[in-house]
Amino acid sequence: MNQPPFLQIRGLTKRFGGQEILRGVDLDVPRGRTTVIIGRSGGGKSVLLKHLIGLLRPDGGDILVEGRSIVGLSERQLAPIRRRVGILFQHGALFDSMTVEDNVAFPLRESGERDAGHIAARVAEVLEVVDLGGQQKKMPVALSGGMKKRVALARAVITRPQCILYDEPTSGLDPVVSDSINILINRLRERFAVTSLVVTHDMKSAFDIGDRIAYLKLGSSYFYGSDEDLQASADPDIQDFIAGRSRPLGGASLAADEGAGK
Amino acid sequence: MYRLIAALGRSTLGILHYTGGVAVLAAETLAAVFVSPVRWRLAMRQVLELGVRSQPVVIITGAFTGAVFAAQIFFQFHTLGMESATGALVGKAMCRELGPVLTGLMLAGRVGASMSAEIGTMKVTEQIDALRALAVHPVDYLVVPRALAMILSVPLLAGECVFFGIAASYYVGVHVLDIQGAYYLENLLNWMRPKDVAMTLIKGGVFSLLIIFVSCYEGLNAREGAVGVGRATTESVVNGSLAILISNFFLTLFLNILFPVGSW
Repeated sequence: MNQPPFLQIRGLTKRFGGQEILRGVDLDVPRGRTTVIIGRSGGGKSVLLKHLIGLLRPDGGDILVEGRSIVGLSERQLAPIRRRVGILFQHGALFDSMTVEDNVAFPLRESGERDAGHIAARVAEVLEVVDLGGQQKKMPVALSGGMKKRVALARAVITRPQCILYDEPTSGLDPVVSDSINILINRLRERFAVTSLVVTHDMKSAFDIGDRIAYLKLGSSYFYGSDEDLQASADPDIQDFIAGRSRPLGGASLAADEGAGK
Repeated sequence: MYRLIAALGRSTLGILHYTGGVAVLAAETLAAVFVSPVRWRLAMRQVLELGVRSQPVVIITGAFTGAVFAAQIFFQFHTLGMESATGALVGKAMCRELGPVLTGLMLAGRVGASMSAEIGTMKVTEQIDALRALAVHPVDYLVVPRALAMILSVPLLAGECVFFGIAASYYVGVHVLDIQGAYYLENLLNWMRPKDVAMTLIKGGVFSLLIIFVSCYEGLNAREGAVGVGRATTESVVNGSLAILISNFFLTLFLNILFPVGSW
């Protein structure tokens, strides 16, 4: 428990054009645990996630992966970090010209693995983990949203990264498929001691999988604690978010709220 | 007046920014060949896709250009009694200008559009980000194999275009316009030089680089969904074609110094 956090985010800021998306985010992601980031849609959660493996570059602040700053590293210098930190994109981002098998095998082949038998066996193994055994020859276009996310998850875990970032893993899925994704995330943590950082606004998912929960509001860290702390919070914003309750805001303030996070 | 100068300045900056971006991509691609393993299997697949499958359009373009050029030259030269020189003129024009330029323009349309649309779609659907997240540099995976395939294919396609242009001009000249076949060939072979073929290949090589870097730059910088991909595709064809036509002028001047007229 005294190990340093896997990921450390320090005063992260980011602007797109005139809009300030991240306004100084601070967060520690402990090793081998699942940390959930919740917050309103358009609140900068996905943008934050993309910074953590260098897909976006911050305007200010620092990101440390296992104690080493990744800000300012070149695309090639980031490659070793990206081999240790996998990401599940919100819409899967499967390569649509490849079969499920080729998508899942892609990171293995790119890491230099040439043994076709070993690759096929590993692909079959991870597809079983995500309950998609036997779907190897399908094209992504023939898959449902939930299946695409599970294939993308299989692709993210096949090289056994130490940390996985999940961008809204249950959004747009029915409750049963959502639950199966939550079970998968827990299974990966238990089986491989994976450090997980999950961005979501699905509260059931957050409570099911989160060891620690961070609430991001208007691009800033607003709350960080356990799910019990979150539920016990008296903060009206947090309580409204947990209950899924909209407050009788004026049109102008609602628009400002939405716009700030876009 | 102030507005005019401001608009001129903005356009100049835009052109500089664009050419700078394309040049940086070219430099990254060159560096990638040396610092990262080349994916030869992907390159060979691209040779098939970009090179082999472009042959019909290039052959048809070359053949009909050679044919119509032969007819037009015949009509003009016939009045001077010089119709047997038709073959020589067609050969020179096809090798030095028409073959490589028309091949370049056709490929800027067929291959450039396809590459920018494919890469642009990957960009807006986060597939490029997925590549990066899986520790694969997009230039290594997407640009290098295509660049190698194009450098190999385009000069050969330009040569093919020239060959079919000359062959079609021979057919039209000899069998349709009744030029003596022996004179036609004699003049063609007397006037053609190896340096003419070298110009075809060199121009083809340069045009292949212009097509690849303009279209990949457009694709990698596509944004705003389907509209963005459409815009990137259009820009790729227009800018690629303009780059070919403009660079062809300077290439002709430069190659004329390198291969002066009259010598072998």
